[in-house]
Amino acid sequence: MMTTDFNPFSLNGKTILIVGASSGIGQATAIACSKLGANVIALGRNEDRLIETMKSMTNTNDSIHRYIIADILNTEDINKLVSEVPSIDGLMLSAGRGLTLPMQYATRDKFEEIFNINFFSQVELLRLFYKKKKLIRNSSVVLLSSLGGTKIFSGSNGIYGASKAALNSIMKFCAKEFATRKVRVNSICPGMIDTPLIHRGTITEEQLQDDMKNYPLKRYGRPEDVAYLAIYLLSDAASWITGQDFIIDGGLSIK
Amino acid sequence: MKIEEFIENFADQFDETDASEINASTNFRDLEEWSSLIALSIIAMVDEEYDVTLKGDDIKDANTVEDLFNTIVSKK
Repeated sequence: MMTTDFNPFSLNGKTILIVGASSGIGQATAIACSKLGANVIALGRNEDRLIETMKSMTNTNDSIHRYIIADILNTEDINKLVSEVPSIDGLMLSAGRGLTLPMQYATRDKFEEIFNINFFSQVELLRLFYKKKKLIRNSSVVLLSSLGGTKIFSGSNGIYGASKAALNSIMKFCAKEFATRKVRVNSICPGMIDTPLIHRGTITEEQLQDDMKNYPLKRYGRPEDVAYLAIYLLSDAASWITGQDFIIDGGLSIK
Repeated sequence: MKIEEFIENFADQFDETDASEINASTNFRDLEEWSSLIALSIIAMVDEEYDVTLKGDDIKDANTVEDLFNTIVSKK
């Protein structure tokens, strides 16, 4: 009996653009997508790190991977990017920054710094890719949101959390509007994932170790944990799912 | 940058602790009200007032208010 070919999660022949592919969750997703047969376009600011991502990718069949250096805070870069990129079957928006700051110090400047990258630049990319019809029929968009700001409200991450809550809200509006072209839009809300974003130094490594104990599964997430959920949402296996925010948190939110 | 002014800004992060309880030689972690949120407030205050980015470890490595003041001066 032939069973080896069965893989509803295959990304074979799909072109998938990963924004924020030079580190963390975006990087892990780019690598995993390549292993499932996708043609990956890895986008980031840092060429050296993008090349590292490229080296870890696998070539299956006749897949072609490429990378694009762009700063998504720069309007020129965005316009160039949108005209350069071919039609895509999948878009993962995973560029972002973290900030831990008590609310009494959360000035408008600080809000703008975080919202510009975590919210406005993501929404602008999504808008343009849809408007310019780069997102083809039946394509899938995955936004990287967070548990913080949507389900948990601790750790003085107010600005960061609000930016992710805004992203989750826009995700639903886009899902509804983009359904006319059968473009699906979903988001992933992870708990703490072991990436450079959480090792910023504001919180000490000891405090992180302590915090880990709050998770029922007793560890922080790995970038791959999130990548595999992203892959599911990018694949045709999820073709009836849109407008949803998926929690992936080692059980933290049920505590 | 004056230490008197820093002590005042430092004490300002507390709600229950009277400013008179805090001076240069105070071991701030021994204060009953000390918490991780106050530590974050101090990092934020130092960023706002002195344009210096402290790490969590800078707070951890300091014992007294003066230690922390010296760390900020060295990072200026």
